[in-house]
Amino acid sequence: MTDAMIRLEQVTKRYHDTVAVNELDLAVNPGELCMLIGPSGSGKTTTMRMINRLIEPSSGRIFLDGDDVTHVDPVQLRRRIGYVIQQVGLFPHLTIGDNVGTVPRLLGWDRARIRARTKELLELVGLDPDVYLRRYPAELSGGQRQRAGVARALAADPPVLLMDEPFGAIDPITRERLQGEFLRLQHDLHKTVVFVTHDIDEAVRLGDRIAVLAEGGRLEQYDTPAKILGSPATGFVADFVGADRGLRRLTVTAVDRADVETPPVVHVADAVADARQVMDGAGAKWAVVVDGEEHLRGWIGRDRADGEGTVGDRAHRMEAWVPLGATLKQAFSEMLQHDAGWVAVLDGERFVGVLTPESLHTALRRSVDDEAGVAVEESPLRQ
Amino acid sequence: MARHPLATGGPGVSLPGQTISWLADGNNWRGVNGILDLTVDHLEVTGLSMLIAAAVALPLGIGIGHRRRGGRVITVVANAGRAIPPLALIIILASEPSFGVNTRTAVAALSVFAIPPMLINAFTGVRNVDVDALDAARGLGMNGPQLLARVEIPLALPLLATGVRIALLQTFATATIASFAGTRTLGTIIQINQATNQEQAVLAGALVIAIEALLLDVVLAWIQGAVKPGPRTRRRWGEGRPALDSVVAVSVSEAA
Amino acid sequence: MLGANCLRANSWVCGAYLSSREGQIIHFTIQHLELSGLSIGLGLVFAIPLSLLALSRRWLRASVLSLLGVIYTIPSLALFVLLQPWLGVTHATPVVVALVAYSQLLLVRNFLVGLDEVPAEVIDAARGMGYGPLALLWRVRLPLALPAIFAGLRVTTVSTIALLTVGGVINQGGLGSLLFQGFQDNFHAQVLVASVLIVVLGILADVVVVGLQWLATPWQRAGQA
Repeated sequence: MTDAMIRLEQVTKRYHDTVAVNELDLAVNPGELCMLIGPSGSGKTTTMRMINRLIEPSSGRIFLDGDDVTHVDPVQLRRRIGYVIQQVGLFPHLTIGDNVGTVPRLLGWDRARIRARTKELLELVGLDPDVYLRRYPAELSGGQRQRAGVARALAADPPVLLMDEPFGAIDPITRERLQGEFLRLQHDLHKTVVFVTHDIDEAVRLGDRIAVLAEGGRLEQYDTPAKILGSPATGFVADFVGADRGLRRLTVTAVDRADVETPPVVHVADAVADARQVMDGAGAKWAVVVDGEEHLRGWIGRDRADGEGTVGDRAHRMEAWVPLGATLKQAFSEMLQHDAGWVAVLDGERFVGVLTPESLHTALRRSVDDEAGVAVEESPLRQ
Repeated sequence: MARHPLATGGPGVSLPGQTISWLADGNNWRGVNGILDLTVDHLEVTGLSMLIAAAVALPLGIGIGHRRRGGRVITVVANAGRAIPPLALIIILASEPSFGVNTRTAVAALSVFAIPPMLINAFTGVRNVDVDALDAARGLGMNGPQLLARVEIPLALPLLATGVRIALLQTFATATIASFAGTRTLGTIIQINQATNQEQAVLAGALVIAIEALLLDVVLAWIQGAVKPGPRTRRRWGEGRPALDSVVAVSVSEAA
Repeated sequence: MLGANCLRANSWVCGAYLSSREGQIIHFTIQHLELSGLSIGLGLVFAIPLSLLALSRRWLRASVLSLLGVIYTIPSLALFVLLQPWLGVTHATPVVVALVAYSQLLLVRNFLVGLDEVPAEVIDAARGMGYGPLALLWRVRLPLALPAIFAGLRVTTVSTIALLTVGGVINQGGLGSLLFQGFQDNFHAQVLVASVLIVVLGILADVVVVGLQWLATPWQRAGQA
């Protein structure tokens, strides 16, 4: 229990006659990305803002890295916590460079150190320092501003990051990209993050664990995305996650070696007659074509395997493939996109096997059974 | 002007006391140069100037605002209105033989200065009408004049009223000074008594002017409140003083 | 137009007037600048504590603005005269005090509006990052209120320069005194020159304030990109 980086103990927030958050207990481990999700009125933003005491809890205690911070000086506390909000809130009257250097300056770092750190962070979030250091927020696009906002939050290297729907005001295409970049960032930096969102897809994609809150800040379930989707603890969670949680599970399940089928395989240099034999022997209507290094070259249909010549002359190119460890969603998506009945699975460049719609479904059901055994490290490579 | 016995003011009577006495003397109210008479003259000059100015400024401002062009001209007019001292124009006109020192000169000058506030507010009011409301109205099939009459002007009414209020107060104030270029207004009280060193009368005149201006403001505020569409909110008198609303709006947009 | 002829002819445009009355013109121009400058400077000085006072409580805001509004409604000549018994007839003090009083409404009002217009998310982000209340005011809210404050300052400056003219009627108006004297003497050239100079001063002052604003708000220039 004392391992947790952030711990809320019986935290309550009361406003006159309404209870926004009711005796919430929550613990976020170091390096963990905790998503707070729920409908409006669930107190998710209120909860987040109590961590850095922008809202004072009516009762309960808040612990940061083991220390009780419920009553410490909030201003000093906030300088140790990164804070990112939806509208970003960059200071319009300061350059991006000065914006990013805000907290270091408040903490009294010397100028050279601030400068260096600012440049480092701008590069980290994908904003070329030479270009953006001296620009003003008004000159940046929405996506660029949010990146600057993240850089600003990370400037003093706080262990904890609070994010309130940071990508909410951004167009879907840029949002997708920013989410991906944020994942990579988090992978490198291992910050402890509390991330508020109302978008279940975002929660599933980004979170290590998801806390589903109901009216009055009641914690309904606090679990990994797979479990939230696979075994919702209450009717509320099931409803909230949505009727197509089955589909959503596709995004959290990875293609495993055990899932793939192995159809007949022929070499590109083989004679067509040999290929014919292999296919007839297996009763298959097609075979996968590989080369000497077991790289995928294509496929050949039985109907094209008549007469003379090499396999290479008759083979079709194979467009639909995914790497091992991709999500089932990607596999299915490839299949649909190329209008194929199957998708190849590759380990690096080496051909491993194929997935068909049937084997996809089996893989999905396998993941449900595997529930108990899925550890955080085995979660799919998020893209 | 008859002098009140107490107006001689010896060492025993203070200036404020003398002033009150002067005001208490009915003779100072009645008669040709009495307060009431001069008030009427003052209001006449103010009113006439306002009518002329409104006849020019309101249609012009509404028209330009409707077309949504010519904002620059408006800005220039606004700046000119602020930078040129009214007294200068009055004096210059009064010096020209064709105008001379008379009421006509004063009205001409006062009209000119009453134009900018009404022009600016009319323009801003019409131009700032919600574009979506206009779009919807056009979609319903309204043509230009109908849009103007049924949508733009009604929605611009608060700002129009504000402009009129500002212009009226300003003209009332400037009419005071017009007396020094020969027109009879309340400023005449000050002018005449200054020449004869009747301090208490000068002070009394100033007090009357100030109070009348404030009364006028109250009346205008009430009328303006009646014109404003929407729920009636209780306002402290003087709060939301519009004298500056438009100025702030125009200035900030100029500054932006 | 040139030469002593225009003086005799009492023409409006007369170069000889400028050359012959140079000293007088300069004297009154400087006086006008001094009095306006003093009024505007004092106006700013008073506006700051007034604004902070108005900020501290809701009801104070309404009261302060109401009071300033009432003062603003009083016609300038009346106010000058009303202040004379207490502040002296031979000095320009009543005029300066009145001009300062008039400037307050616009300055304080714009100051308050400027502060109001600071985006809420900027303040939230600033607090969330660890700005204390004083630093928040000084480093975030005030700088962002500058555009509105400058807008008010622009108008105040031009208005004060023009309004000072009325003081000419009681001989405490800088170029206004020159103007009024010219009227009483029926001296056309003097009237015109005084009028033109007042307008020019106003325009110049406006340009200066705009220049100051440009210097003080670099982020506004950049935003034009």
